[in-house]
Amino acid sequence: MSTLSESFLTAGGLVLAGDPQLLNIVSLSLQVSLTAVFLASCIGLPIGAAVAVGRFPGRKPLTVILNGLMGLPPVVIGLLVYLLLSRAGPLGSFGLLFTPTAMVIAQVVLITPIVAALSRQIVADAWRDYEEQLRSLGASTPRAAFTLLVDTRFSLSTAVLAGLGRAVAEVGAVMIVGGNIDGVTRVMTTSIALETSKGDLPLALALGFILIAIVLLLNALAHAVREWAVRRYG
Amino acid sequence: MDLIRRSFIASAVAAALAMGSPFAGAADRFITVSSTTSTEQSGLFKHLLPAFQAKTGIEVRVVALGTGQALDMARRGDADVVFVHDKVAEEKFIAEGFGVKRQEVMYNDFILIGPKSDPAKVGGGKDITEALKTIQAAQAPFVSRGDKSGTHAAELRLWKAAGVDLDAAKGAWYRDTGSGMGPALNTAASMNAYILADRGTWLSFKNRADLTVSVEGDKRLFNQYGVILVNPDKHPHVKKADGQAFIEWVVSADGQAAIADYKIDGQQLFFPNAVK
Repeated sequence: MSTLSESFLTAGGLVLAGDPQLLNIVSLSLQVSLTAVFLASCIGLPIGAAVAVGRFPGRKPLTVILNGLMGLPPVVIGLLVYLLLSRAGPLGSFGLLFTPTAMVIAQVVLITPIVAALSRQIVADAWRDYEEQLRSLGASTPRAAFTLLVDTRFSLSTAVLAGLGRAVAEVGAVMIVGGNIDGVTRVMTTSIALETSKGDLPLALALGFILIAIVLLLNALAHAVREWAVRRYG
Repeated sequence: MDLIRRSFIASAVAAALAMGSPFAGAADRFITVSSTTSTEQSGLFKHLLPAFQAKTGIEVRVVALGTGQALDMARRGDADVVFVHDKVAEEKFIAEGFGVKRQEVMYNDFILIGPKSDPAKVGGGKDITEALKTIQAAQAPFVSRGDKSGTHAAELRLWKAAGVDLDAAKGAWYRDTGSGMGPALNTAASMNAYILADRGTWLSFKNRADLTVSVEGDKRLFNQYGVILVNPDKHPHVKKADGQAFIEWVVSADGQAAIADYKIDGQQLFFPNAVK
């Protein structure tokens, strides 16, 4: 049997059997990445809006930097966060290394620029259309930024989903700061890397299919919520 | 305003997620062991640790890296115990004051893996240095870990013993992959190359393709594992009592028996040899 069809069958079998270990890994993946996306959105959306609407020196270079940071290499972020959280590092006394919290921190660093850069673009486009109107209503800059964030919320969901996609799919950072500890910090991507190392390619690929399916499902869910919200609050 | 209501709901959801079980931590009492890919990936720890936890209530969290990296991790204070297989590097670690004492736990052996077609005609041999010399002379493809792991260190020692000056002899035939045992075996499988591997990883490795054991049984292929408590004088947060409990258990009769018990397809992977 070819590896591909074997993997499909393995994936189906794992899902149908509701393998508890798999459920654990999937739920940890989702908890880490959803928490990271939530925090990254809390930081990234206001930054994006501020850079889009604000009038301050250095705004253009900041835009370029934000866009550039979207391509941060996960391994480098993993290493940086590792050195910060390591016992020998400045934040070592908290003992956070090799915990899910460390993984959340690394992912927040990784995806905040993505959320910020994409939301900056979305809000800047809206700002072009509504600047005069908002100014004539006497809106202050922070007020205008807030109004535009609310106004473009449906488009902004794409920025958040882009962050989520990156978070749930990356392996370089969580591998380093989490340590891929069985039952503690093992997530979908690190499991896939591990099974590949063991030479169990069909199982690795099966886990990959499951991960892709979960990402699609999350996006479908987000899409449905968005459709419903547009109809309801449009 | 519904936006506020919604962000409130979102925060509540996130908070609930954050408090979910894995974040709360499985057990409060745990130690971190930095070990090698061979012990983790061969499934040995999955076999050993539940027995230890059942007996003592101490959860053991294993971070599997190459021996060089595992020792470095402990040097930075990120592990309580190291469980690795490179005597020279371990003794250096102790001499630097990072480790309290090295205790031998078990051994297995390295094996030379190669393609069934055996282009260098070394299969079935017992002399590892002869085999390496022949491979180099035939310029047959050879995959090296190249990651400062215990297996990499052993490989370099064997090349030296074979009288091959790698720096001069390196060419397209010698592939330095800088990867763990499993990934390096995957590379060797797809290139049909020779590779030095530890027997534990080989026995549990599934993607063998056309590879088979080429040379085994040479005394110089002996592979000793040691266990060391990270020095609490260097890193005061080291969980001394629980780490020591783990060490004492693996070298005890119970621990040694559990190691001997571990088999894949009827083959024993590791042979306990702790000094009583």
